[in-house]
Amino acid sequence: MTSMAPVVEIRDLHKAYGQHEVLKGIDLTVEAGQVVCVIGPSGSGKSTLLRCVNLLEQPSAGKVIVQGVELTHRDVDIDAARRRVGMVFQQFNLFPHMTVLQNVIIAQRRVLNRSRAEAEQIARQNLDKVGVGMKCDSYPAQLSGGQQQRVAIARALAMSPSLMLFDEPTSALDPELVGDVLTVMRRLAAEGMTMLVVTHEMAFARDVADRVVFMDGGVIVEEDAAARVIGDPQHERTRTFLRRVLDPTAQPETTTH
Amino acid sequence: MTDQSTTTEPNAPAPTTAGAARFSPRRRQQVSRLLQYLILLTALAAVVLLADWEGLAQNFAKPDVAQQALPALFTVALANTMIYTLGGFLFGFLSGLLLALMRLSTVRAYRWLAIAYIEIFRGLPALLIFLLILFLPLALPGLEVPGGTYGQGVLGLALVAAAYMAETLRAGLQAVPRGQMEAARSLGMSHARSMVTIIIPQAIRIVIPPTTNQFVSLLKDSSLVLFLGVSGEYVELTKYGNDLASQHANATPILVVGVTYLLVTIPLGYLAVRLEKRQEKGR
Repeated sequence: MTSMAPVVEIRDLHKAYGQHEVLKGIDLTVEAGQVVCVIGPSGSGKSTLLRCVNLLEQPSAGKVIVQGVELTHRDVDIDAARRRVGMVFQQFNLFPHMTVLQNVIIAQRRVLNRSRAEAEQIARQNLDKVGVGMKCDSYPAQLSGGQQQRVAIARALAMSPSLMLFDEPTSALDPELVGDVLTVMRRLAAEGMTMLVVTHEMAFARDVADRVVFMDGGVIVEEDAAARVIGDPQHERTRTFLRRVLDPTAQPETTTH
Repeated sequence: MTDQSTTTEPNAPAPTTAGAARFSPRRRQQVSRLLQYLILLTALAAVVLLADWEGLAQNFAKPDVAQQALPALFTVALANTMIYTLGGFLFGFLSGLLLALMRLSTVRAYRWLAIAYIEIFRGLPALLIFLLILFLPLALPGLEVPGGTYGQGVLGLALVAAAYMAETLRAGLQAVPRGQMEAARSLGMSHARSMVTIIIPQAIRIVIPPTTNQFVSLLKDSSLVLFLGVSGEYVELTKYGNDLASQHANATPILVVGVTYLLVTIPLGYLAVRLEKRQEKGR
């Protein structure tokens, strides 16, 4: 255990859009096999943090190190680095002009140069695994949101990533479809996948995450075992946020925000 | 304020004086429609009575002249029109795509070049471009457009088409959601690979309806090949009709050629509308 380097190491990460500072110095480490959930109010910078981990956003300062490779280094081969990091988006972002199977095959062929047969076999395995194996020849527009998101997960998994990033994967789904996607993610966590998840699903965070990180205003306010952060938060801001999320109909308190 | 007071006063006793009050709105609409029909019928009657039908038929619809136009109208003239148009469309599309990519490039010089080209060639009459092509060999001795007359015609149309297609394709490329590029990049594809595999195919789908309309206008512009001084086997529809009309001193061939254009342009117009509707439904 001690010899293993962390999968993700984020050091003093800053991100600003012009004058607007979204991330104000984030330090975060994710060990192999860990599931870390990032929670917090909208605008807290949690999605930006996630997008900095595979450099979809260029950090203003600080370091992001994934499996010993410093992604923030100027001369890094970012395409090579991203191959090891799977990303699942809120809006699925499947390729609408390709069938489900092609969606999962295309990057394997073009990026990993796998043979057609091998890519297809891996694609079918992963589509079966997320429960949409029977939809191989459909186009994304013919699928429900939950099915689309599971295809997106299969697409990322087909690249054999050593880290999976989830950016609010269930936020765009109809409530009755959220469960299917979360089930797939639970199974993935149980298999030992290293996961960094931005989510509003508190039950998922409590049950599945090894650690929960609460962010607000561009900083990490609180970071601890899931049961601790969600069950017994130490900071007032965390308590306020959780009260609102877990009991939305309660009287809103007049807090400084 | 003053306006209001002056207008309300004379209107105030309206119910007692205004004649319009006798008609309900429905009745007024009926009267109005009746009037419109009457005007139309009068105009039609005037045309029927006053036009010299015999003379018109002699000049514009002489069956024997029309018949003489026949096999070559399709086998030579329409075929050449299609060659010029399709050639211009193909090269215009490819150059337009290149220009659109340059227009969106991060290299500022490429952006400027693309903008300059687009502004110049959209701002010039197509005819002027054809006239310039005629003078190309004079301006640049030794330079000859490959493909002879076909090459010149295709070049002229492609130069014009490229500028318009560049703008259409730029809009198409920008209409592809940002998440598509992000998804491709997060799978490890390079920027260029993402463009070729993910973004450009979607952009082309988006621009198919407007591009169909551009094909139609290119087909009409192909008549400008006339000014390249083409003859014999290279004539397209307009030139063919014009030559035959002079030969017979009769306008029938021009009418026939016009109908031939419509045979292609009207179905294509409908196709464009249908493709547009289908796309709207798909989104």
